[in-house]
Amino acid sequence: MSRENALVTAQWVEDHLDDGSIVLIEVDEDTTSYDKGHIKGAIKLDWKTDLQDPVRRDFVNKEQFEQLLGGRGVSDTDTVVLYGGNNNWFAAYAYWYFKLYGHDDVKLLDGGRKKWELDSRELVADVPSPEAKTYTAKDQDLSIRAFRDETVEAIGVKNLIDVRSPDEFAGRLLAPAHLPQEQAQRGGHIPTAGNVPWSKSANDDGTFRSDDELKQLYADAGLDTSKDTIAYCRIGERSSHTWFVLHEILELDNVKNYDGSWTEYGSLIGVPVALGDEPGEA
Amino acid sequence: MCGATQGGPSLEGIDLSKEAVIQGVVTKGDEPVGNAYVRLLDKTGEFTAEVPTSATGQFRFFAGPGEWTLRTLAPRIDPVDRSVVAQVGSVAEVVVAV
Repeated sequence: MSRENALVTAQWVEDHLDDGSIVLIEVDEDTTSYDKGHIKGAIKLDWKTDLQDPVRRDFVNKEQFEQLLGGRGVSDTDTVVLYGGNNNWFAAYAYWYFKLYGHDDVKLLDGGRKKWELDSRELVADVPSPEAKTYTAKDQDLSIRAFRDETVEAIGVKNLIDVRSPDEFAGRLLAPAHLPQEQAQRGGHIPTAGNVPWSKSANDDGTFRSDDELKQLYADAGLDTSKDTIAYCRIGERSSHTWFVLHEILELDNVKNYDGSWTEYGSLIGVPVALGDEPGEA
Repeated sequence: MCGATQGGPSLEGIDLSKEAVIQGVVTKGDEPVGNAYVRLLDKTGEFTAEVPTSATGQFRFFAGPGEWTLRTLAPRIDPVDRSVVAQVGSVAEVVVAV
């Protein structure tokens, strides 16, 4: 993958609005934003009700994913272009999720919904009703998904990148500042993790920074590109965004997203936790 | 900062004793701006969170106590920065005119 293959510009999307081989999908943290207007022809996926198992804390399984997408008129050979608000936060999560189930041709709209809106491009109210298609997913690609035991074993061995805000990293906040703070788990971070807030990889308009700026950003945080990397955040969405930067734009091998993230790790008994602004010792 | 009845969205159902709320409304002239984005930057200028405004121009953050900057982006305007101080147990109401 590369920047050219993984990203498309707002102008490219506008030029391809009537191309039937391209499926536009909006995935937003604020799941009502699609209903207020969306890019013409786009369908919506709800990161919570569509992409998470309603009972267990896990993703929908392969069969559920196939039914979900086939039912929304998406086939596994379509070009899927994802976009969303907040610097593509949840769209990047959906991108990683599509890759987890082996969808080859998936792209992000650089800058997402915000860039589209700030460019004053058209949003429409019409909700498309495409005919169902057959979607065949692959087994989960676990080379891009980290679980808790692997993450604990990575302390002092692999690169750990905590992509939350500095206040969450240090333990001063337990959630992003636009969400209520009433979590029960402990604050802090995984010892030895570097803190590179996910948002540093994006410009104010939501587009990704240049390759050189991105390389410098992670080099400054001590990322050793000769080692494997695990990115995490609070619930695995922001770290999907960083996974996208490291694995898809900068083309680093062996980068995983720990989707359990701090809400799992910070509730485990017996694991080490570091407080404050420094990475801490292994 | 203006009074509690103007500006931000309703606080019904939120336990204010545990939260340091920053909220308000983005306006242009006398009209609310429903397609703006408000970014919350910490005291070092680091991005912390971002929300789109509601159809009525409103936004809200649950911040920590301290000094923050609100950076507002909207179509065809330059970004507007406003500084604000948040405290647990209180609501900082901000009107951002763009």
